[in-house]
Amino acid sequence: MNSFLSVNLPKFGQILSALAIFFAILAVIFYIAGKANGRKTKPIATLVLLGPALVLLFAGLVVPAFQTIFFSFKDANSVKFIGLENYTWILHDPNIHQVLINTALWIVITPFATTGLGLLLAIFLDRMKRESIPKSLLFMPMAISFVGASVIWQFVYNFAIPKQPQTGLLSAIVRRFGFTPSNWILTHPLNNFLLMIIFVWVETGFAMVILSAAIKAVPADIVEASALDGAAGWKLFRSITFPMVRSTFIVVLATMVVTSLKLFDIVRTMTGGNFGTSVIANEMYSQVFVRFDQGRGSALAVVLFIFVTPILVFNIRNIRRERSIA
Amino acid sequence: MLISKKGRLAATGFAVLALVTTALVTVTPADAATGKCASLGTTHYAAQKGKTVTVFTSILDPELSKYQNAMKPFEACTGITVKWEGSNQFEALLPVRVKGGNAPSIAVIPQPGLIAQMVATGKAVKAPAQTLANVNKYWSAGWKGYGSVNGKFYAAPNSANMKSLVWYSPKQFAKYGYTVPTTWTGMLALADKMAAAGQTAFCGGIGSGGATGWPATDWLEEVVVRQFGAKVYADWISHKVKFSSPQIMAAMKTVADWMLNPKYVGNVSAIATTTFQSAGLGIPTGSCMMLQQASFYGAQYPAGTDVSANGDVYAFYLPGINPAVKTPVEGGGEFMLAFSSKPEVAETQNYLSSPQYAANRLAQAGSSGGWISANNGVPLSAYKNALDALSAKYLSDKQGTFVFDASDAMPAAVGAGAMWTEFTNWFASGKSIADVAAAVDSAWPAS
Repeated sequence: MNSFLSVNLPKFGQILSALAIFFAILAVIFYIAGKANGRKTKPIATLVLLGPALVLLFAGLVVPAFQTIFFSFKDANSVKFIGLENYTWILHDPNIHQVLINTALWIVITPFATTGLGLLLAIFLDRMKRESIPKSLLFMPMAISFVGASVIWQFVYNFAIPKQPQTGLLSAIVRRFGFTPSNWILTHPLNNFLLMIIFVWVETGFAMVILSAAIKAVPADIVEASALDGAAGWKLFRSITFPMVRSTFIVVLATMVVTSLKLFDIVRTMTGGNFGTSVIANEMYSQVFVRFDQGRGSALAVVLFIFVTPILVFNIRNIRRERSIA
Repeated sequence: MLISKKGRLAATGFAVLALVTTALVTVTPADAATGKCASLGTTHYAAQKGKTVTVFTSILDPELSKYQNAMKPFEACTGITVKWEGSNQFEALLPVRVKGGNAPSIAVIPQPGLIAQMVATGKAVKAPAQTLANVNKYWSAGWKGYGSVNGKFYAAPNSANMKSLVWYSPKQFAKYGYTVPTTWTGMLALADKMAAAGQTAFCGGIGSGGATGWPATDWLEEVVVRQFGAKVYADWISHKVKFSSPQIMAAMKTVADWMLNPKYVGNVSAIATTTFQSAGLGIPTGSCMMLQQASFYGAQYPAGTDVSANGDVYAFYLPGINPAVKTPVEGGGEFMLAFSSKPEVAETQNYLSSPQYAANRLAQAGSSGGWISANNGVPLSAYKNALDALSAKYLSDKQGTFVFDASDAMPAAVGAGAMWTEFTNWFASGKSIADVAAAVDSAWPAS
């Protein structure tokens, strides 16, 4: 206890002095802003309110982004300029081709699978009597990290050589139906889809809850009116419910696309990127923090950035359009 | 003018004072006859009363206090206070401290690469004569080599660890009448016998999350040093000998006939998806019979498992291949590099390289073991843990061929990159030796 205090007391001192400095700076800024009057009030207020956010945004996002682009034209230790060599490596290395294909599969399949499944569940559970119970159960995986979920699913996909006791759930199911189980994690390209199932398992609950809230927000009189007009089942869904929740659907979909683009944990935990399952985010990590190749890692980050950009543009446009409607 | 004169005067005064102190020190040597130094052997340690030496290390408590305790006889003899200081940020902090002029007296460094890096700063000092004499006397040439930079000897070894072990079950071996093999061909003949009896001779697992593949690199390293010796091994690390060279390809063939042999391991590709931790858990029950893995693997077995020469699990030394390569051992160790040539630091270095230090440190380890020295001045009977004694026997062989982990010493793009992924491919998808070798070679950094 004593040694804990003697070691940590100076740290508390540092924390307190840092906080004191922070508040002193704030006080000075607000004092200056308060002094200003007349014509200068508006620009100074803008500067004071927007300035800190802009400085942080600049130091935390803009500078690193340009630095990454800059590094992507340099060698492993960021010493020598090597032109486009890191990018030609991405274009010519067959392993990276597999990585790009896998990333494309992830961003095409998983967002639609999770959002679609989430929508289906939201609709079906909406009419159930005790909907909170299945909803809570479906939402529960969301509380588990991707790493935790992967560890759980490792037991499902586990494979042991024939003489050893079989412990994998999937192997047990397959064997029950009279087939011989294979080494699931090794079977390419099936293993990619097996990893995607983990993502779907975790994220579907989230999509379901958001979409369910949107469905409940559809005004009852509209549903009633359309029912009187003879709309029911599929027709009601297609012409009334879905158009009403469309914007929520797109937001959830875009969130899923971005999440699956930067997905790293599942691949890292399940396969370490081996057996043809690596994705860009995992490859980027391996290059920078395992192989210490800053150049190639940065080039992959830039590629990831390029992948994300159209989705962001789409998302922002969507938000703007909605604002103009409202 | 006045100031410089004053300064010069002060300097002269200081020099005289220093001379007097040295004289005083030499006239009051630590007296062996008083008994205080009796336990430290025949080496003469000069008394340096009131001096302090700091030893900086990555070792933390509770291990650290065992080191501190092992210094007591030396401190009582010389009056030097040795302070062991541990940090889990050792690798990052040491270069900063050395460059900032705040170097510790001695640093305990686990990587040969970091020793070279520290020597390159110009702040490290060569080992004193007595330490050099100790190392020449008590360690094999391989160990001395890892403590040397450009042929000059700097750092004496501290502790050692052993990779060249094969785990097996003495009870299962007794049940089937198998005996521990002492040659490579003997080991494969035993595996043939097991295969004929319907048993899985070798367990294997190279899964390790993001580091999947590393156990396979160890298997190749073990074979390379056994087949071709330390010279080829060193040239392999510096890429003078390529992966696609006849030697390394031949070594890969030996690995293929051993750990990629379906007759011995059952399902080769399953090795790629089995974690290294779980690989040998079936040994006590005989679901597989042998596993090549380092000394730390014993900790994987559940509490209550009898790890002893007649118990549920134990290990034997992975036999050599080429008789010209004497006692090949792959392992690791720590080295004690000094950043000061003060007499008290030199005396501490001398003590730390003596068999008495190793014996005192060993006494702290007790029967649970966990501390091995490659110092052959320590009798094997001093080890209270049988497995440690077994490891020490091979690590301290004066004629032995000791090598560090090669993949750790290679550039990260290879040692932590292509070698892991390509070796995983080798097991997982049956990629050919030539293709694996070519792929690893092509990942070698150009400069």
